[in-house]
Amino acid sequence: MKILVLMKQVANKDAILRINKDFTWIEEADLSFEVNESDGYALEESLRIKEKVGGEVVVVSMGPQRAKSVIKDALARGADRAIHVVGDKVVHLSPFAAASVLAEAIRDENADLVMTGLQSDDYGYAQTGVILAEILGLPHATIVIEIDASGDQLRVKRELESGWYQWYTMPKPALLTIQSGISQIRYATLKGIMAAKKKEIKEVTPNAETVGKPSHQRIEKIYLPQKSKQTQFLGNGDAKKGAIELAEKLRTEARVI
Amino acid sequence: MGILVFIEHKSGVLNRTSLEAIAAAQKLGGDIGQKVSAVVLGAPSLANEIAAYDLEKVISAKNEKLKEYTPDAYADALEKVIRATTPEYVIMSHTYQARDFAPKVAARFAKGLIGDCIRMNVEGEKRVFTRRIFLGKLDADVVSEGEPPTFVTFQSGAFRGDQARKGSTAQIEEKPVDVGEARMKPEAPFQEAKQAVDLSKADIIIAVGRGIKSKDNLALAQKLAEAIGGDLAASRPICDAEWLPIDRQIGSSGQTVAPKLYIAIGISGAIQHLVGMKNSQTIVAINKDPEAPIFDIADYGIVGDLFEAVPVLTEEIKKLKG
Repeated sequence: MKILVLMKQVANKDAILRINKDFTWIEEADLSFEVNESDGYALEESLRIKEKVGGEVVVVSMGPQRAKSVIKDALARGADRAIHVVGDKVVHLSPFAAASVLAEAIRDENADLVMTGLQSDDYGYAQTGVILAEILGLPHATIVIEIDASGDQLRVKRELESGWYQWYTMPKPALLTIQSGISQIRYATLKGIMAAKKKEIKEVTPNAETVGKPSHQRIEKIYLPQKSKQTQFLGNGDAKKGAIELAEKLRTEARVI
Repeated sequence: MGILVFIEHKSGVLNRTSLEAIAAAQKLGGDIGQKVSAVVLGAPSLANEIAAYDLEKVISAKNEKLKEYTPDAYADALEKVIRATTPEYVIMSHTYQARDFAPKVAARFAKGLIGDCIRMNVEGEKRVFTRRIFLGKLDADVVSEGEPPTFVTFQSGAFRGDQARKGSTAQIEEKPVDVGEARMKPEAPFQEAKQAVDLSKADIIIAVGRGIKSKDNLALAQKLAEAIGGDLAASRPICDAEWLPIDRQIGSSGQTVAPKLYIAIGISGAIQHLVGMKNSQTIVAINKDPEAPIFDIADYGIVGDLFEAVPVLTEEIKKLKG
């Protein structure tokens, strides 16, 4: 089975974000990056399927040269080769444009399965996978937490809201978006890191026309969230003092003790 | 012209977040002077219920294949209704179902959704939709560009369902729609195990997140819960790591709670967690990161090391209760 895994590089979860001077994005200088969390689980599932049924895992990442670190890490964990859609602008594409560029990059691979995380940790659109499936004419399932790829058809378990689940069966090829936390992600071994150096990374330049298509949504400005509540900060940086003040407030103000 | 609001249901039973979508659509309609219609797929009896709201009409789309939800059938049906009614806006709640099929519909109009919005603001001709980015750390004001329809989904809680306005009975338009063969075949939805713990009835909840660092450290939170008379709960990563069972999970994929007191320990406050607890009466957050989104909704905050704060808080509460 040939599996394509779409992985995005995003700002590190713990990074302090600074807004750029145009208020349209964050300052990327000095920022640390990591793989988008749910994409990491998509890779893990791909590798597990390959181990069970055989085949090939191809990593696909779109972004500037810095995205190579995500690609190399995925190759070190066991992916067989990679496609890097290189560009600076592609990071900021609308979900439809991003899916259009990705579709052009992977269509000829004719994968049996395309997997990606359920949403990115930066823009958080949570749509690119579904739109890509539509463009490629593939059936899809979102928020997938278990995959049985052993039969002719795929059987996948989807998470619904409030503790409900549902199994779906669908033909291959198909596209799945994967929920975070569904398995333990493997680490890259030293052997894997060495082997990765010999693996192919194909660079693809996106079609300028596709990238340049008019966007249907534009960010006017970004800013720190407005507070919905006035928070009383206690202890002034001293956690122990804060705890003492808190106990008193919970008794006298909130009256919950 | 006009606004189309999508009504979600499970086997004909209304998903109540759709009332929030009606409230949002009515607000937008009032602001821009356009009429609101609703669309129900494959549930004629629900169409009658929805007709009680202040709407231009309720479109009840009919096809045998809409009896159970599949993204293929739903996308076909909603696309047909949109093409027939040519709305300027399509409004939905940002549910798991909307996430599953709405981008597919939008793609057929060569666009995506302005998704998971928390606010909207109409200033003359300009309509601004605000959504959270970077896991809730920043807000983005987004405007729509290009040809209608514009697809907007709202986060649960962005509007209040009880503010959906009732009106004189709306006209129901029964609309047979062509739907292709759905490629995905659903089995019956199920719950993993009967939920042993019903946190929705708890008065006090002590919830832990990633910041607790190890399973052994849960004892700290457990002691606080015992001292204060509360129940222990957690954010998703803790249950994923199996440090606590899934029936202790708060958030969109776990339980929704509104206790008198919610103490969030080492929880940064991703949107998926906040939707499950933001209606708590008093919210306390203890976190080392002063920028953590949990502080946006907290009444009391301690910025600092939870391993210092929690044992002291436990002792103080014992004293006060003693």
